[in-house]
Amino acid sequence: MSQQVIASTAKKARKLSAPEIAEIEHEMTLYPDKKAVGLEALKIVQKHQGWVSDESLLGIAKYLDIPVADLEGVATFFNLVYRQQVGKNVILFCDSVSCWIMGCEGIKGHIKEQLAIDYGETTEDGDFTLIPVPCLGDCDRAPVMMVGPDLHRNLTPEKIDSIIADYKNK
Amino acid sequence: MAKIVIDGVEYEVNPDNNLLQECLSQGLDLPYFCWHPSMGSVGACRQCAVKQYRDADDKEGMLVMACMTPVTDGAIISIEDEGAKSFRSDVVESLMISHPHDCPVCEEGGECHLQDMTLMSGHNYRRYDKKKRTHRNQYLGPFINHEMNRCITCYRCVRYYGDYAGGTDLSAQASHHHVYFGRHEEGVLESEFSGNLVEVCPTGVFTDKAFSENYSRKWDLQTAPSVCVGCSVGCNTAPGERYGSLRRIVNRYNSEVNGYFLCDRGRFGFDFVNNRDRLLEPVQRVDNTGELLADDQVKAVIKEFAASGTIGIGSPRASNESNFALRAMVGEENYYAGYSDAEHESMQVILGLASDASFHSPSVREIESADAVLILGEDVTNVAPRIALALRQSVRNKAKELADESRIPQWQDAAVRELAQHERSPLSILSPAVSRLDDVASDRVIESLPNVVAMGYQIANKISSSAPSAGASSENDEVIEKIAAQLKAAKRPLIIAGNSNGGDVIKAAANIARALHDESGKSVIDLCLLVPEVNSVGMGLMANSANSLGIALEKLASGEAKRVVVLENDLYRRAAKGQVDAALSKAEKVLVLDQLPSATTANADVILPATAFSEHEATYINYEGRAQLSFQVHQCQKQAQPSWRWICDAKHVDDLVERCCSEAPGFSRLREVLPGENPFVAGMKVPRQSHRYSGRTAMTANVSVHEPKQMEDEESIMSFSMEGMPAQKDASVHASSWAPKWNSNQSISKFQDEVNGELKQGHVGCLLIEREDSSDSYFEPAVDSIEPSAKQLRLVYSYQIFGSDELSARSKPIQARMTDAYIGLSPEDAEDRGLRQGDVATINPLGAPVVVCIRTGIKAGTALLHCGDGKISPADFSGLIEVEKSAAQSTIRGIGNLIVSDFQEEEISS
Repeated sequence: MSQQVIASTAKKARKLSAPEIAEIEHEMTLYPDKKAVGLEALKIVQKHQGWVSDESLLGIAKYLDIPVADLEGVATFFNLVYRQQVGKNVILFCDSVSCWIMGCEGIKGHIKEQLAIDYGETTEDGDFTLIPVPCLGDCDRAPVMMVGPDLHRNLTPEKIDSIIADYKNK
Repeated sequence: MAKIVIDGVEYEVNPDNNLLQECLSQGLDLPYFCWHPSMGSVGACRQCAVKQYRDADDKEGMLVMACMTPVTDGAIISIEDEGAKSFRSDVVESLMISHPHDCPVCEEGGECHLQDMTLMSGHNYRRYDKKKRTHRNQYLGPFINHEMNRCITCYRCVRYYGDYAGGTDLSAQASHHHVYFGRHEEGVLESEFSGNLVEVCPTGVFTDKAFSENYSRKWDLQTAPSVCVGCSVGCNTAPGERYGSLRRIVNRYNSEVNGYFLCDRGRFGFDFVNNRDRLLEPVQRVDNTGELLADDQVKAVIKEFAASGTIGIGSPRASNESNFALRAMVGEENYYAGYSDAEHESMQVILGLASDASFHSPSVREIESADAVLILGEDVTNVAPRIALALRQSVRNKAKELADESRIPQWQDAAVRELAQHERSPLSILSPAVSRLDDVASDRVIESLPNVVAMGYQIANKISSSAPSAGASSENDEVIEKIAAQLKAAKRPLIIAGNSNGGDVIKAAANIARALHDESGKSVIDLCLLVPEVNSVGMGLMANSANSLGIALEKLASGEAKRVVVLENDLYRRAAKGQVDAALSKAEKVLVLDQLPSATTANADVILPATAFSEHEATYINYEGRAQLSFQVHQCQKQAQPSWRWICDAKHVDDLVERCCSEAPGFSRLREVLPGENPFVAGMKVPRQSHRYSGRTAMTANVSVHEPKQMEDEESIMSFSMEGMPAQKDASVHASSWAPKWNSNQSISKFQDEVNGELKQGHVGCLLIEREDSSDSYFEPAVDSIEPSAKQLRLVYSYQIFGSDELSARSKPIQARMTDAYIGLSPEDAEDRGLRQGDVATINPLGAPVVVCIRTGIKAGTALLHCGDGKISPADFSGLIEVEKSAAQSTIRGIGNLIVSDFQEEEISS
């Protein structure tokens, strides 16, 4: 017997797009339990939409027929599932020990200056969101950060300028 | 039994349990948060750490979590060890890091498990001086307040709400110190058992919203042991009163009935006692106005009614004593049943089965131990909610079995759930619409009621070929075969049915149980037959089988009976309006005793105000035939009296119980529920007020600065006072749970003979009905000849936890969750009639207006009727109805409050 999604949560659900559904369907073949697909489905929707809106969350819960509260538990557990709208490019900036030793504070100050945003904020043009991460596992080339899927190493203020310019032009 | 040594003292303990549970069973103080007696251990909070030693020579020992450590024979542990103590103190200090310390403004203060445990663990100085994390709270509906800052992340709320009660809309969110327990968005908590969060939460995150609006500290509440009057389960409660108004209800532990939990109707449905419309004075109608009656006038009225030519109509929501007093007043032959004729008829079937020795009517605890369940036609969640919660536990017996096979202790909650995944004991539901238990059902068949009945007969026939079958074979044959096999294979099968929709379904259920009895060789089979009201069974036993309400009304209408006494009953909810009108208008004089005005009191010549459940001592009989005693909690401020006191000259409730025992057949054991031979400890009464009851001298200072003498209670072993033998360990009755160092309801373990055992002073009630002989005749299926025409729909009454019960529907918190009268239709039937969600429709032949509620889980051809709070009487309609669109638009409440899984809603696409 399936878990039943109740009325109040069915109200605002967004209908998932065909590509989203296709990818979720594929994941469903890999897990014995629909609840387990929740996280993958969140990642898929985020990939297509950039973030997971309330409507998307409801849409996934409805599609998988799992309680939306449980799915929200998963979505909010992981920092990198975005439950608020983010910019086109998300900068994951490492401010952990190695990067700190290598002077990430200054780099962060430079980004802040260039983009006029602090941690958790998005630029006015919607191009960038800046988020701290504890470690990217690339300490020997610190300071490091990720922009979208790309890793950038041995950061300097100059490098930051060119990276920002590159992504702006994309 | 195993022997273990705790701090140098040897104890005999149960080796199947964990150390924490056994420490508590031995009466020792060991702090804990995440463990709960009915939910087992998860080892989340680390608060119950103790030292365990390898052997007598081991002086170092090691820290173990008592709740996660099985008892082993010869184990040596220490609670008092300095290392263990300092560890526990550090744990509570870190749990308290972000706690706001807002006890003075917190509703939990004074009965807070967190306060108790903090003190017990020895954390009394705050060292953390940084910023605390704070949260936004959510609106969770009219029952529960949310204050997340107080949370210590023990996870008990989600374990209770989701794992135990099956709710899907409360979850643990975020991580590390941001962990948040709430809904995915603000909104009403959907579970019918959400109120238990108030008691499950060890601190003030979830508090009772209705209580909060009329708040009083636990120690300022006057409390006595009571019984819930919301349905026929008879859960034990502890209502609290202050300044003449009833403030709240909390659970009162009864090992056989409700255990630790109540439903939301029971917890929030008491407010009718405080209703401004309460009838509080005896009045007589003179030329359409009410005239107060003086004492001697009342006596004259009663004398008049005691003369021959008077009939009495009893009440399934009144006590045994009041029903008996009425019966004694008018004579057995003139005492009539106070429920509908359909209910009367099915009650005769139920009472017949109740004395059959082949069957056993299981208590709630016994229901939890069933390993295969069949629900036939009844919506258990709405008729007897607490039983639905028990059924959710019964399906876990498979998990426990698997755990035993894998040698995992049953109290290892997370491990047992992980092991079992979706494995559940079979629970099959056959009914005309989906129900709130479907998510744990192994099979659920949605069929019209006659087909459900026929399937019942077929299952019986599959189990034993001597049982008659009914109906033709259909696509359900396979599932019938499967259910029959599951019931046959079970160690403790259970059949549940009820009389919400007539007696046919009960007969079919009884046949299944009898077939199991014949085939399996088990001496008794659990057959649970649900009835709707608190004393349906008591009144049913009291009334002669020939004395149905219909006959009473006929006698009045024909003039054969001149006067009628109506006991705590609105007859318009029980019989068709025309029938009641004819009877009451023809009757020379109508005397009504009740708590609140109703359509019936509007037609009364004399109204005598009756006390509500918390204002008198009374006995009730639940669905099993279990008699229970409910004490008076507080006095009624005005002139209301127990109904029996108006109409008979008994001085004392005990006298009536005695008379009832000797005069009413079936009640001979009723006296066993009274406090024993010597209920007084050291000659003292048990106080209803706590030792710390404050402001007694000043309570009425606005009226007079002289403190009035405390009212004496001549009837009861309890007093309206602070003096006496405290309602703690030694008292003979247990009202409010309270023990030294344990101010919260978790102190209950101090009153149990062992954790989850019986109360030391406890009275679990007494089963009244003797099961004498066993009949071996099966019921023959009735032939349902009425076939609906194309326009007609088959009517099924739909009970709602919020709204169907007459009295709780007059409570404000319940009203906030009620709907209007509605008709539930399948999408096909709605479309055929051009009806849309929320439309107003009329039901013919009577033309009563109802809201249309389209649900995908209703069998086409069936219409579910919920009567709302009495605007429509179920007795007005018979089996087949027509529904058509009405021009009327306005509804008061609509159906927005309805929480069902199959509400048809249009999808928004983007």
